[in-house]
Amino acid sequence: MTDPTTRRPPAAPPPAVPGPAAAAQAAPAVRDEPGTGAGHRHVLVAVVNNRPGVLNRVASLMRARNFNIDSLAVGRTERPDVSRMTITLHGDDVAVEQAAKQLYRLIDVLKVQDVTTEPRIEHELALVKVRATNSTRAEVLKIIELYKGRVVDVAADSVIVEATGTEDEIDALVSLVGGFGIREMVRTGTTVMVRGPQVVEYEGVTR
Amino acid sequence: MTITGRQTAGGMAPASAPTTGRHLPGAGTEGATAVEHARTGMLRDAKPRGRTRIGADVVCEALLRQGVEVFFGYPGGVVLPLYDVLGDYPELRHVLVRHEQGAAHAADGYARATGRVGVCLGTSGPGATNLVTGIGTAMLDSIPMVAITGNVAAALLGKDAFQEIDITGITLPMTKHNYLVRDANDLPHVFAEAFHIARTGRPGPVHIDITKDALQQETQAPHPDDEAVLAAIPGFRPNFDGHSRQLRLAARLVDEAARPVILAGHGILLAQAWDQLRAFAEKTQIPVAHTLLGVGAMDETHPLSYGYMGMHGWKHVNRAIQSSDLLIALGMRFDDRVTGKVSTYATGARIVHVDIDPAEIGKNVSVDVPIVGDVGRVLAALTPLVAERRPEDRASYFAELAAWRVESESRSWHGSGAWRDGLLSADYVIEQIGAATDHDATLVSDVGQNQMWMARYAGYRRPNSHLSSGGLGTMGYALPAAMGAALGRPDKETWAICGDGGFQMTLQELATLVQDHIPVRIAILDNNKLGMIRQWQELIYAGNYHSSHLLGPDFLKLADAYGIPAFRATTPDEVPAAIAAARAVDGPALVHFRIADEQNVFPMMPAGKGLSDLIEEWGGADE
Repeated sequence: MTDPTTRRPPAAPPPAVPGPAAAAQAAPAVRDEPGTGAGHRHVLVAVVNNRPGVLNRVASLMRARNFNIDSLAVGRTERPDVSRMTITLHGDDVAVEQAAKQLYRLIDVLKVQDVTTEPRIEHELALVKVRATNSTRAEVLKIIELYKGRVVDVAADSVIVEATGTEDEIDALVSLVGGFGIREMVRTGTTVMVRGPQVVEYEGVTR
Repeated sequence: MTITGRQTAGGMAPASAPTTGRHLPGAGTEGATAVEHARTGMLRDAKPRGRTRIGADVVCEALLRQGVEVFFGYPGGVVLPLYDVLGDYPELRHVLVRHEQGAAHAADGYARATGRVGVCLGTSGPGATNLVTGIGTAMLDSIPMVAITGNVAAALLGKDAFQEIDITGITLPMTKHNYLVRDANDLPHVFAEAFHIARTGRPGPVHIDITKDALQQETQAPHPDDEAVLAAIPGFRPNFDGHSRQLRLAARLVDEAARPVILAGHGILLAQAWDQLRAFAEKTQIPVAHTLLGVGAMDETHPLSYGYMGMHGWKHVNRAIQSSDLLIALGMRFDDRVTGKVSTYATGARIVHVDIDPAEIGKNVSVDVPIVGDVGRVLAALTPLVAERRPEDRASYFAELAAWRVESESRSWHGSGAWRDGLLSADYVIEQIGAATDHDATLVSDVGQNQMWMARYAGYRRPNSHLSSGGLGTMGYALPAAMGAALGRPDKETWAICGDGGFQMTLQELATLVQDHIPVRIAILDNNKLGMIRQWQELIYAGNYHSSHLLGPDFLKLADAYGIPAFRATTPDEVPAAIAAARAVDGPALVHFRIADEQNVFPMMPAGKGLSDLIEEWGGADE
C-alpha cells in the first residue's frame, strides 16, 4: 500500500451549496481561560457524611486541585451521621464553582452550596490570651467589653478573651488588644448559616 | 521439610509443578495438558472444608456476585486468608502476575476491552504501593476498576507494623473512592458499593483495603440488594439525562453551524454510545474527530470519520478544529494535549460540551452550552431535535476538509515501509499489523512514539480495539494491559505494541503469559532509544541528547528464555512474514521490529504552543 490517499476514503464527495468558511469570524480571537478572572472571597457550605477520613478527603482535594482555602470549619449537625463544613476561599466565580464541582465528586459529600450571595450569619469564635498586667488590665477589660468579648480566664499577667463575630469584628478586636501584647490566639474559622427560613438541603443516608 | 522449616501447604501441588521444558507447548499436546494440570491442580484438589464463613469468603462471594470471572493478583502475608479460601471458588480465576503493577494494568486492560469492571489484588505495603501506578492510570482514564489490598490486623494499624503503609492515604487522591475495612460485617456492603461506584456515572477505580483480621473474621452479614446500596451512598447520584433546555440550545447551535466538528472522546466508548454517535453524525453530516482515547469511537473508514486530533494528531484534523465555528465535544475533557495553548484554541468556535462529570465542564475551556449527562442518552435525545442534512449541504466545507486530508496524510506517511536510508519505518509496521489483523484485533499501546504511531496508523474499525494509557501516560502499560484484554476478549486477537523502553519496564509478565497461556502478540518497536525523549531533545532541547539512548537485551533470546516463540524484522520486506509468523503461534509470541533509530512522530505541537503551531518536518528531512 503505497499511496497514502487510498488508505482511507476522503470525506464525503462534494456537490454544490457554499459552506460559509467565513462564518467563523464572529467569535472572539482569544479564548478565555476559565478561572483566571478577578477573585474575591467565597463562602461554601459542604454537608458531608460524618465518617473517618472525610475531612482528609476534602482537604486533600483542595490541595491537589490548587484551591487556596482561607478557613475551614467542621462540626456536627442536628443529624449524628452528618457533618457540616464551612469553607472560605478566594477565587473568581468559575474557579470556585470548579472547586464546588470537584467537592461533589467525593462520594462522602452530600451537598455543596456557595452562599456568598445569600443573606447570612457568618460567625467565628476566637480565644485570645492577652498580656494584662496590673497597670493595663482595666483598659484591656474595657476594650473587651466594648467589643462584646468575654473574659473566660484571668491569670497574674494575662487574660483569655473569648470573642465571637464576623471575621472583621474579630480582626478589629485583635488589632485593638494587640497593643497590649497577644501571647496566644486561636480562631475556629468562619461558620455560616443562611438567614430566614431557607436551609441547605441535602439527601442523607436513609437507614 | 526444608532447612528453613517451610513446608508446602497440605494437599497443594508443589510450587514447581511439572512443566515440559522451555518452549510453550501447543494446544492439545501432552505438554499443554501438563501445564493446564499444573495450573488448575490446586483448584481441583481443593475441597470445601467444613468451616464457617469468614471475611475472605465474603470477598470471593462478592466478586462472583459482581460477575467477575478473572482477576489479577499477587499473594502476601496479610492476604493469605484470601488465598486460603480461593480454592473453594473454582469459578473465580486468579491470574498470578509477576509484579502488582502488572495486576493493576491487566485489570485495566480487561476493563477497557470488555467494558466491565476489572479487579486486581495485592498484599499490604509494597504489594499495595506497586498497584498505585496502575490505579493512577485507571483514574486518569476513567477506567472501572476495583483494587483490593490487604492490610495488617486492625490492632496493628498505625504501629508501623511489618509491611504496613497508609495505602488508603496514598490512593485517596487517585481513586474515585476508597475504603478501609476493619470489620468483616462491612465487607458485603463495601464491595457492592465499590462495584456500583466504579462502573456508574464517570467510571473510575475504587480501592478496598481490608485488614487481615477482617479477612479471617467469621461473619454472617448478607449481601445488600441494589436499593440498599443506593440508599447508603446518597452523595453519589450522577445525572444521566441532559437538561431539556440545554438540549434545545445545543440543537440550535448545531443547526446554525456552518463548520461544525464533533470531538469524540473516551466517553463514547465508556458509555457504549458509538451507535448514537454515528446516528447523530450521519443525520447532521458533521465530521467526527477523535481524541487519543476516543480512537475506535467511530469506524475510521466511515466517510464522516476525520481522524485523530491533538499534539500528534493529523494536521488536517487540527486545522478543521481551528477553523471550526462549532465544536461538539462528546465525552472528552479538553486535555492540554488536545487543546495546546487554550487562548489560541479554536477561537472562532462556540462549544457544546457533553460530559457526565459536571466538574469537567468549564474546567479547561469555557463552553457555551454545557450538557451534563450520559453521552449516549444525550445524543439519543439530541438527534431528534436537530435538522437533517445531506452531504451536498456541506459540499464546499467537505471539499476543503477532503483536500486538507489528502495533503496531510501524504506528508506523514511512509507507504514504502522505509524511512531514511531504507531503515524500517515504524508507521509502516503499525499499518501492517492493522491490515494483517483485518483491523479487528485489540491493539494495546505503550507510551511514547509507539503510542502515537499506533493511534495514527493502525486503522480502527471497532470500539475498544485501541487501548492506551492516555491521561497518566504510563510506560510499561502495554504488555500487562494486553494480558487483561486478551483474557477479557478471547475472541479477538490481542497485540501489545511497545517501544524498547516501555517493554523493559514490565517484561516480567512474559512469564505470566506463558504460565497462564495468554495469547498476546508482542510487537517491540526497537529504536534503541527512548524515542519520544530523543525526539523532544532533538527538537526542543537543541539536540542535547541525554539518557535517551537505551541499551536493550537480545529480545529474541529473552523471549526464548521464557519459552515464547519470537521473530525479527529489520527491513520493510521482512515485516509481513514476521507478523504472519507471530499470528500463527498458539499462545504468546513476540516480534522484534528493528526500526529506524531517529524517526520522529510528525506533526508535533510543542508543549505550550497552540494547535496551529505544528512542527511538520525537521531540518528539511522527510519524516
